Amino acid sequence: MSPIIDRRANDRHRSAINQQRFLRRYRAQVREAVARAITGRKIAEADRDASISIPARDLHEPVFSHGAGGRREVVLPGNREYVAGDEIVRPQGGLARGAGGGASPDGEGEDAFRFHLSREEFLDFFFEDMALPDMVKTQLTVIAQAKRVPGGYRTYGSPSNLAVARTMRGSLARRLALSATERARVREIDEELETLAPGDPRAAQLQAERGSMIAGIAQIPFIDSFDLRYRNRVVQPREIAQAVMFCIMDVSGSMDENRKDLAKRFFILLHLFLLRNYERIEIVFVRHHSSAKVVDEDEFFHSTESGGTVVSGALALTLSEIGERFPVEQWNVYVAQASDGDNWDDDSPRCRDLLVNELLPRVQYFTYVEINDAEPQNLWMRYEEARAVRRNLALGRVRERADIYPVLRELFAKKRKV
Amino acid sequence: MATPVLTPAQLEPRFDGPIPSVLPRQLVRPLPGGSEWTFELVERYEREIARVAGQYRLDTYPNQIEIISAEQMMDAYAFNGMPVGYIHWSFGKRFLTTEQHYKRGHMGLAYEIVINSNPCIAYLMEENTLAMQAIVVAHASYGHNSFFKGNYLFRTWTQPDAIIDYLVFARRYIAACEQRYGTLEVERVLDACHALANLGVDRYKRPQKRSLAQEQSLQKEREALLQAQVNELWRTLPRREPDEKPEPERAFPPEPQENLLYFVEKHAPVLEPWQREIARIVRKLAQYFYPQRQTQVMNEGWATFWHYTIMQTLYDEGLLPDSVMMEILHSHTNVIAQPGFDHDRYGGINSYALGFAMYRDIRRICESPTDEDRRWFPDFAGSDWRETLDFAMRNFKDESFIAQFLSPGLMREFRLFCVVDDDQAQKLKVSAIHDDSGYRLVRDTLARQFALSEREPNIQVVSVDVSGDRSLTLRHYRQNRRPLANTYKDVMKHLAALWGFTVRLETVNEDGSIESTHECRVEKRKGTAQPDAAAWALTDAFR
Repeated sequence: MSPIIDRRANDRHRSAINQQRFLRRYRAQVREAVARAITGRKIAEADRDASISIPARDLHEPVFSHGAGGRREVVLPGNREYVAGDEIVRPQGGLARGAGGGASPDGEGEDAFRFHLSREEFLDFFFEDMALPDMVKTQLTVIAQAKRVPGGYRTYGSPSNLAVARTMRGSLARRLALSATERARVREIDEELETLAPGDPRAAQLQAERGSMIAGIAQIPFIDSFDLRYRNRVVQPREIAQAVMFCIMDVSGSMDENRKDLAKRFFILLHLFLLRNYERIEIVFVRHHSSAKVVDEDEFFHSTESGGTVVSGALALTLSEIGERFPVEQWNVYVAQASDGDNWDDDSPRCRDLLVNELLPRVQYFTYVEINDAEPQNLWMRYEEARAVRRNLALGRVRERADIYPVLRELFAKKRKV
Repeated sequence: MATPVLTPAQLEPRFDGPIPSVLPRQLVRPLPGGSEWTFELVERYEREIARVAGQYRLDTYPNQIEIISAEQMMDAYAFNGMPVGYIHWSFGKRFLTTEQHYKRGHMGLAYEIVINSNPCIAYLMEENTLAMQAIVVAHASYGHNSFFKGNYLFRTWTQPDAIIDYLVFARRYIAACEQRYGTLEVERVLDACHALANLGVDRYKRPQKRSLAQEQSLQKEREALLQAQVNELWRTLPRREPDEKPEPERAFPPEPQENLLYFVEKHAPVLEPWQREIARIVRKLAQYFYPQRQTQVMNEGWATFWHYTIMQTLYDEGLLPDSVMMEILHSHTNVIAQPGFDHDRYGGINSYALGFAMYRDIRRICESPTDEDRRWFPDFAGSDWRETLDFAMRNFKDESFIAQFLSPGLMREFRLFCVVDDDQAQKLKVSAIHDDSGYRLVRDTLARQFALSEREPNIQVVSVDVSGDRSLTLRHYRQNRRPLANTYKDVMKHLAALWGFTVRLETVNEDGSIESTHECRVEKRKGTAQPDAAAWALTDAFR
C-alpha cells in the first residue's frame, strides 16, 4: 500500500517570491496600469484588490520557433465533407491553429496579460509615486482592527496574562475554605485543653488530634490550577462615528484631464484617511464653474464645461448642504477642494469671509489644493489670510503626485496622536 | 389505482439459472460511495487499484500520494509541477496567469500532478470528490508511474532518483549566486538561458546519475577546470617561439553542435564560472523535461487507458458502486473528448483522446482483429494484448508510436484529414483523407506533426571565429520555406549576452544556399573580466 500524506498544512504560496520578482521587473507597467485603474474607480472604492492588465509583448519570453509562412501540412480531425484534392478558401487566422499542440507563441497570444493584485499590492503601487512616508502607508494599508480592551478575568489564558494578585486572592480563599473544618476543630481542642487540669490523660490524645489537624491544613496546596486567573480582553467595536466628505472641484475649461487626475488622487487619499477613522462616510461631490451643483461621481469627473469661475458659489452650496443634510452635531465634516486657482477677483474676498465665518467653524478640516504651476493668484492670497485666522485649514500647491501628501501631512500627524 | 412499488424482496438477487463463475454484483460488498473522500477511503480504493494494477502486471516505482490544496496546486503549476524550483520572475508570471484564470472560472485546475521521481510523487487536490481521487490515483500513480519507469526516453534521459536532489541543489545554488552577484545579474543570465533552453538538449549522449553531494563537489571542480580551459582556448599572448609556417586554421567547432546551451556553457569566452553553472542548471532541467515533450500522446494515453481499464475491472468485480462509476465515466468522457476542427472548442488534437484511442485500438487488434487489421499489422494482430501494449509503451515516442500503430479504423473514427497550407497557393488544399489512398499520408503527416524536430526549428552552432572577432555563427536549416518567428531577434540578443561577442544567424535554404539573416553585436561591457585584456593593453602600448 502506498503512503498517503496530507500536505495541506504545508506552506502555501511558495511562489510569493517569484510574484514579487515579477512585479518588481514590470514595476513601470504595473504602475501605469494601476494609474489607469484608479481613473476608472470610484473614490470610495479606490482601495480594492484589482485585476490589472499590462501589455503582453513586454513580458514575452522569446524562444526560437517557426513563424507563419512557408509550406506546412497538418492533420485535422472531424472531416465531414472533404475529399482529397478539395480546395478550401484560407480562413482568417489560419486553419491549422494549434495543430499538434505546437502553436507558435507569436502567432496567437493575447495582447494583454491580466493578473490579480491584492488590496495591499494595489495600494502599494498607488502610493508609490505619491511619496507617502512609510508610516502613513502602513497606517492606510492595514485595515483597522477593532480595539481590544481589558474585560475581567478568566480561568485560562497565556502565562503572560496571568493576573497574580487575583490568583493569590483565589488561592487564599480556597485554602481558607478547605481548611475550615480543621481550623474549627483546632479551636475547639485549644479551648478544651485550657479547661483540662494539668496531667489529664485526655490532653495527650487531644494534642495528637490537634497535630493531625494541623498536618491536614498543611497538606492543602498553597496554589492550585483551580486558583489561576488570567486577564481577559474583549473586542470592542470602534465607536460608531460618521463623517461626510465634500469634494469640491473647479470644472471650468482650464482643468484638464491631468489636473483632474491629480485632484482625484488627492480626494482618494483623504478618503482613505477618513476610512480609518470613521465607520461611515458619505461623499458629496460639488462641482462648479460659474455656478455650483451637487452631482454624482461620474458626472463630477467626466463631464466638461466651460465658463468663468466663481468659487464662492460652491462654498455656499456646501454650507447649505451641511445645514440641510449633515447637521454638525451628528456629522464630522471634511471638505477637500481642488482648483486651478482661477477666480473672479471680486469673488475671492467673499470666499475668505465664507470660510472664516461660516464654514471653518463647522468643519473638522478643510483642505485646499491648487493645481497650477503659475504664480498664485488672488484666491490663494485670500485663503492664506483665512489660514492665519483658523488652524483647521490646510493649503497646498500641487504640481505632481508627490506634492499631494504634504498638504495632508498635518492632518495625518494630528490624528496619529489620538 | 395502485402504483407499482418495488419491494425489497424484488431487489434481492434471484438465481434461476446455473450459478455464474463470477460472483454477481450484489454478492460482493462494494466499496463505500458518496462524494466526500477521507484518508481511509482513499487508502481502501488505492489498495484495490494497486491489486488490479498488479494483475495487469504494471511495473511501477513505489508511490507516494500527497493531498494538497488548490493554492498549492497553483504553486506546483508555476514550477512545471515540480515540488521545488529556483527563484525567477517567469514562475511568478505563470502563477499569476493560473490564479487569474482559475479565479475567474476560465479553467479548472488539474486533478493531479505527478512527478517522475522515485518514489513517484502524485499530488491530489483536496477539492476532488472520492470518485475523482480514485480515478487520479489510477491515472497518475499507476498509469503515468509505470510509463515513467518503462519508456525508453525516460529511462535514458531522466534520473528519477536524483531529480529532487538536483532541484534542491539548483535552488540553493541560484539563491547563493543572488547573494553574491545580485538578483539582477542572476536574472539576466537566467533570462538568456531560458531563451535557449529548448536548444539545450543532448539527443545522443547519455547523462550520468548523481546525488546532491556529488553534484556539489563536482560543481566546484568544474568551476575551476572550466575557467582554466576557456582561458587556454582564448589565449592570445604571443608564443615564445613562433612557428615557422602558420598552421592551417582549425575550424571550431569541428562539427556543427546542436546543443546551444551546452556549447555556451563550455566555450563562451567571457562567462564567469557561476554563470556557466546556471547555464548548466537550465540545460539539465530542459533535458529532464525533454522526454515529456516527446511523449504527450503516449504518456497521457497510457495513463488514461489504465485508469479506464482499472476502474472498469473494479466495476466488473462489483467493487465500485454505480454512483462512483457514473461519475468516473462522466469525467473520463470529458477528458477524451475530441472536438472537430471546425468546432468552437477545437484546440488541436487532444493527446488524451488520441493516445487512449490508440491503446484501446491496439488491444482490440490483438483480441479481435479484422481482415484489415491483419493486413496492416501482421506482426501483432491476434497476439497477447498485454505484451503488445507493453512493448509499444516501452520502445516508442509519439512520432514513431503514431507511425507504427495508428490504424485505418482509428483514422476513420477520428475522421482525420490532411491539409496543405502553402503561402504560395491561393487556397488550402486537402491532400488526403481517411480512405484507402490516404491512410499512409495521413498517418505519416500526423506522426511528423508530433515530432519535436518538426515542431521546433533546426538551429545549430557552426563556427566560432577563434582567431578573429570571436563571433559565434548559428545556422538555421530551413524546411519547407518556413521562416523563424520574429522572436528570434530577441533570442539572439540573449545569446549575444551570454557569448559576450557578436553572434550571427545564417539561414540554409533547401537548395543549399546560405544567406546571412541576422547579426547581433555586443558592446564591450566595462568591468567584465576579459582573459586577455592585459594582452590588448600591451599591444596598444607598443604601437
